[in-house]
Amino acid sequence: MAVLPVLVYPDPRLKQVSRPVESFDDSLREFLGDLEETLRAGPAAVGIAAPQVGRFERIVLVDVSCKPKIPNHGRLVLINPEFLTLEGSVVGREGCLSVPDYTGNVARAERIVVRARDEVGAEREYTMTGFEARAVQHEVDHLEGLLFLDRLVSRRDGLFRRKVYK
Amino acid sequence: MTAEKPENKKWFMLTLVGKDRPGIVARISEALFQGGCYLGEASMARLGGNFSIMLMVRSAGEANRVEQMVGPVCRSLELRHHIDRIEGELHHHVDPDVRISVHGADRAGIVAEVTGALAQMGFNIIHLESDVGGSEEDPFYVMHIEGVAGREIEDLQRTLQSLAREKEIDIQVSAIDTLLG
Repeated sequence: MAVLPVLVYPDPRLKQVSRPVESFDDSLREFLGDLEETLRAGPAAVGIAAPQVGRFERIVLVDVSCKPKIPNHGRLVLINPEFLTLEGSVVGREGCLSVPDYTGNVARAERIVVRARDEVGAEREYTMTGFEARAVQHEVDHLEGLLFLDRLVSRRDGLFRRKVYK
Repeated sequence: MTAEKPENKKWFMLTLVGKDRPGIVARISEALFQGGCYLGEASMARLGGNFSIMLMVRSAGEANRVEQMVGPVCRSLELRHHIDRIEGELHHHVDPDVRISVHGADRAGIVAEVTGALAQMGFNIIHLESDVGGSEEDPFYVMHIEGVAGREIEDLQRTLQSLAREKEIDIQVSAIDTLLG
């Protein structure tokens, strides 16, 4: 296992769309080991996507179990993930291993249903809310070449006044 | 880009205030760019119909050189301006961990009461924005604060809730749980 170097914005490779995983073999599982080691080696990150380490395949790891009092599914390997449901919208603060020294507010679906393959290729489905749902949406964005920087909402959002209707 | 190394340059805080109109930021930033300056963090706000901006500017020259660049533009746009030499620090953002939202019938003293309580608890304000809404007859005040609590959020909630009851304002305290992914 090895800690892999993380691509850092403005590296243009982070804007690349990743391809689906086709073979669930030993080399994939070896890569998952490296990806997990990379995730655990950094600051307190709760997820990582394969393109962040320069492998442009649709693979993400998420584990929000380190956060107290948050409903979660533990360590999740999501391969070729797709959203079946995206409901509600909530603004929260995000940062990224690939975007050092910057955090921003991003609106994400509050509740999601995601279908994905696991490390042996079995199909799985998860229903998630809140922080874990946010983490999965953040990571899946990487597979589309999107960073949270592409989805920032203003800090002043809470202050926007209604128009005066006469 | 210029041939001069960043470490040979100095940071200044340029403050501009005046009547708002379209194109101010474009005119000022063009003058600074043409003068070889590099810009850092900036915050612009329209406050009570006035244009205001604070802008970090890095220049190889002294304040009078920045003055020569922006002075004529400011005069033509009827802006007052001020230039301070500062120590500029980029790439060291501090992440807030608590957000506080305050609203209530507008009156003098709300900011002093809330920020006074926060200061006593060692709270460091990183962002503060406030606004007055409603009508001339019934104005209300809204303030959003983000900062570093440096203590349990429950302590802040207790103190601010009792302040809210005493002063008849609404205060919400929520954790900012930054997701790192």
